Amino acid sequence: MNAPADVITDAVGTSRPRLEGPEKVSGRARYAADHPMHDLAFGVVVTSPVARGRIRDIDASAVLTMPGVLGVLDHRNAPRLDPQASGFFGPDGSMQLLQSDSIPHAGRAVALVVAQTPHEAQAAADALAVTCDAHPHDTTFTADHPAGRAALTVLGEDANVGDVDAELASSPVVVDERYFTPEEHCSAMEPHAATAWWDGGRLQAFDSNQGAFDVARTLASLFSLELDQVRVRSEHVGGGFGSKGLLGPQLILATMGSMAFGRPVRVTLTRRQVFLMIGMRPATEQRVRLGADTDGSLRAIDHQAAFEISPLAEWVENCPEGSKVLYATRAIRTRITAVPLDLTPPGPMRGPGLTPGSFALESAMDELAERLGIDPLELRLRNEPAVGPVSGLPYGSRNLAACLREGARRFGWHSRDPRPRRRREGHLLVGTGLAATAFGSSAFPSTASITAETDGSYTVRIAASDIGTGSRTALVAIAAEALRVGTERIRIRIADSDLGPAWSASGSRGTPSWAWAINEAATRLREQPHDPTRPVTVTVDTAELFTGRFVREVHAYSAIFAEVTVDPATGEVRTRRLLGMFAIGRVVNPLLARSQVIGGMIMGLGMALHEEGVRDPVSGRQVNADFAGYHIPAHADVPDIEADFVPEYEPDEPSGVKGAGEIGTVGTAAAIANAVWHATGLRHRVLPIRLDRVVEEMA
Amino acid sequence: MNDDGRSDISLRVNDVTHGLNVDNRTTLLDALRDALDLTGSKKGCDRGQCGACTVLLDGRRVVSCLTLAVAAEGTEITTVEGLAPDGELRPLQRAFIQLDGFQCGYCTSGQLCSAVGMLAEHAAGWPSAATVDVSADASAQELDAVEVRERMSGNLCRCGAYPSIVRAVLETADQQAVTR
Amino acid sequence: MKEFGYRRVKHVQEALALTANDTGARYLGGGTNLVDLMKDEIEAPSQLVDVRFLPLSGVREAPDGGLAIGATTSNSDAAAHPEVRRRYPALSQAVLAGASGQLRNMATVGGNLLQRTRCAYFADPSEPCNKRLPGSGCPALPGEHHNHAIFDWSRHCVATHPSDMAVALAAFDAVVHYETLDGPAEIPLSEFYLPVGDTPHRETALPPGALITAVSLPKSAACPRSRYRKVRERASYAFATVSVAAALELHDGLVGRVGIALGGVASRPWRARVAEAALHGEPFTGAGLRDAAEAELAAAKPLRDNGYKVTLARNLIVAVLTELAER
Repeated sequence: MNAPADVITDAVGTSRPRLEGPEKVSGRARYAADHPMHDLAFGVVVTSPVARGRIRDIDASAVLTMPGVLGVLDHRNAPRLDPQASGFFGPDGSMQLLQSDSIPHAGRAVALVVAQTPHEAQAAADALAVTCDAHPHDTTFTADHPAGRAALTVLGEDANVGDVDAELASSPVVVDERYFTPEEHCSAMEPHAATAWWDGGRLQAFDSNQGAFDVARTLASLFSLELDQVRVRSEHVGGGFGSKGLLGPQLILATMGSMAFGRPVRVTLTRRQVFLMIGMRPATEQRVRLGADTDGSLRAIDHQAAFEISPLAEWVENCPEGSKVLYATRAIRTRITAVPLDLTPPGPMRGPGLTPGSFALESAMDELAERLGIDPLELRLRNEPAVGPVSGLPYGSRNLAACLREGARRFGWHSRDPRPRRRREGHLLVGTGLAATAFGSSAFPSTASITAETDGSYTVRIAASDIGTGSRTALVAIAAEALRVGTERIRIRIADSDLGPAWSASGSRGTPSWAWAINEAATRLREQPHDPTRPVTVTVDTAELFTGRFVREVHAYSAIFAEVTVDPATGEVRTRRLLGMFAIGRVVNPLLARSQVIGGMIMGLGMALHEEGVRDPVSGRQVNADFAGYHIPAHADVPDIEADFVPEYEPDEPSGVKGAGEIGTVGTAAAIANAVWHATGLRHRVLPIRLDRVVEEMA
Repeated sequence: MNDDGRSDISLRVNDVTHGLNVDNRTTLLDALRDALDLTGSKKGCDRGQCGACTVLLDGRRVVSCLTLAVAAEGTEITTVEGLAPDGELRPLQRAFIQLDGFQCGYCTSGQLCSAVGMLAEHAAGWPSAATVDVSADASAQELDAVEVRERMSGNLCRCGAYPSIVRAVLETADQQAVTR
Repeated sequence: MKEFGYRRVKHVQEALALTANDTGARYLGGGTNLVDLMKDEIEAPSQLVDVRFLPLSGVREAPDGGLAIGATTSNSDAAAHPEVRRRYPALSQAVLAGASGQLRNMATVGGNLLQRTRCAYFADPSEPCNKRLPGSGCPALPGEHHNHAIFDWSRHCVATHPSDMAVALAAFDAVVHYETLDGPAEIPLSEFYLPVGDTPHRETALPPGALITAVSLPKSAACPRSRYRKVRERASYAFATVSVAAALELHDGLVGRVGIALGGVASRPWRARVAEAALHGEPFTGAGLRDAAEAELAAAKPLRDNGYKVTLARNLIVAVLTELAER
């Protein structure tokens, strides 16, 4: 491992438990709905039961006389919002709540009932008379839907390298298959919650989000406020996984309530509302064609993906991303189609695009290995590229082969009989599978302040987020290394929009982005003359250094290995072993990083076997909008999981680190699906691998 | 005491008795969070489907979101705040920190209370769905990872801290077995 | 949630009198299902009569040599009781397969019998549902019914009963004891749940206001060679896709008493009497067992999307009885 020569602390690279651990295990950590507040009122959201239509009438007269009710906000009396306020990719209609009588999807907020207590608000919301005209809707996704159109290319142009058709035509072995993934939900354990109030002319909020500054900026823009009129804090956040990356409906509605009723208002979505109102991973259908020579050399990758979208807001589920960087091949073509439907606008979920895309590509690679008669591990090693096959750029640190080799060694891959349905233990079938992944890494601008206190300690301020990622703990280590002091001398303050612009905890770019700003601030602080009589503060915004140009392909890599048992009489699939080897640059805190990638793998396990948003064909609404119907993995589904890291240092990235937040999820579904094939001899190209898709007629 | 919709009750929580006048509709979870400012118990689903609100009633784990506050009167209630009443964390809590048995922390209070109740259930000889022979004396059976996973399955964790939680529970169980 | 009164009672007669005077009153046991449904106003009692402090808790020897389990016994205590585990192990397993440790600590035996279906349309007040709102229709029939009934459904309702415990009770010929102001009465579990027909909202044969006091297990049904096996879409903490409770006695290779019940396939525990009749008195063979399972499932009427349950139920009957025979 290479590290800067002048590092003198062991801050980075050492396992340390989370700084906020004592608060979290004793119930003292306050999340967005936990702060006691004087004169607090409670808002309950009323949602649309129809999937498309118009509000004919909302009659609040009876509700307004109910005990404790302060009022009802709907499209007729709610504060006006700026329609140009931007989400991920331009103006975002999902934020335009209570602005018109139009209903674009089931679960859309149509009113906010505010009352003195949660019970009074809920009772009034239940009693509110809302009459809707239902219009014909379309919520049925297919790749060849006539409304389909090319997706935005903001995340990268389609690949057009070489002559894919000619290479496929001349390939002796071709795989041409379609893969399907359903709607999936982030399902963070903390439902979206916000408390908003006005302090003088200033809007204040406790909110559950992944980036307090981005949320504050969007909130200001939406309500036509100056940025310095808004302060958002999110000290502890109960998970996000993408679903809290944007300004959420909870804060928009709490803000409206606080404006309308002149007192603090708390809005907490119910679990059902989280399912219905918050963007899900869209359903995808993908066609992957691979052409190869008999020695396993890839000649062509053709990856065509379609996903569902809402007309309210742009989104790109960039499924073919991995197909552009993982393997050497003469020809690559990628296409992405967006199909507009009457749905809640889809949004990011852990490894957006790459995760369903990896399921398709890495399943297809396994099918190719099967048809070639080449070990799936060997097939991947034979197609290691020298430069980015699409970009032509050199790679930064690329240790996919090391992940594959070391993972295979630990997993015992080499004793595997490649033939399917050969291993039995009693009535169970046993199989193993693997997948390889790449996940792009980079750093985005952020602002960090570091104060050298007079007692020799340092205070670091940055609007980073800790959504379970361990950011506080990791950034203290980064700062200690940058300042050349021990971690005990660092205090950190995060999750407050007043600390300035900062990248959010998303895109696996949090730690690299924040580390960059902290490193720059530390460097400049160390250049300042030391003054023992007064604190010295240095603030750096790395936006001034950001070029937006990338001269190398920098990615994190992983190899995931899975072993499953299948009971063919019942269709039950159990993941018995799961092992991930990761190349994520320098590992800031192995204890926490391991937890994060293991957690990601467990989400991938859920994707492989359980998770699926199911819509009613008539109403268009999600039927299983709760944890009894939408099954995320429980303790009993999860084996002991091994995850480890190959030694790596990424010189192009701050502190040598790459992101770790999402890569654990990416390859896991394909590894498990490939293991199910190996166990049963049957390919599962439709997720999840439900037991009804596996159960066999017994002779 | 009770009129049509409200009741005067006393709730004994973490060894302190609180007199409350509650709407009968108030769940124990809401009473703890809103009336007593004990916000360690979390509302992950409010439907008994996630376990984040788990507390102990007379030492037994329950979900407080489906327990009415009026129905909890007369019990000894222990919440996560009561697991370390004098501020000194108990071994299970320390094991959660050391082994990283949580990430976002939102399910953690429930996992901890559930684990305390579960260890007592196992010590009392209760079998589980993972117990191979329920007719045998289960107190003689060792608590292994498979048993812990089954018994803790009422506590969902979306961050995926499960393997670390199981390790923390097993480590604590081993310590308890040694000191018993 | 609608407002309601709350009363704690110490005597059965007190409970019966309260519900007789207030037809909107409901008994409160563990509340794990009732309180859940009250939150969406699917249940809206005027009054909750808390019966957990009645002297109806515990497991005792019954006069016939069987066991009686008091109605307010928690699911956990019922499952952990040494005599239940020794004499009716499938019942212990069934209870332990249900819900979670927390919910089993709360839920009572009486309440478990009375839990409502987990059909998602029933649980969603913005959907029609004949069980919740008679005459409004059944959206599951044309809609999402992947986990619905394959036996004895009607066009009015295709929902399944969610209880694991009741499936084992069915296999053990349990009897439900209850009390009304007219005095004590009992009804076999096999007659406790009503067929769906055109009245899916009428679920049990209990008279209005009746209070379940106990469930008894006949001595004759005691069978250490019994097993509950539950298949579900997650390894734990999920309702059954299909489950089987079975008790088997073998004498010199001949099948003696055999009790088989299926869960997750009908609006009530499905007693597999066709399969039992085919097995009883015959030599136990693999082929005979498969034929018996086949015969039971011949009457199944799967819906558009749940034909797999026929295969699964057949396989499960074979797997569980084979395992029992090999013990």
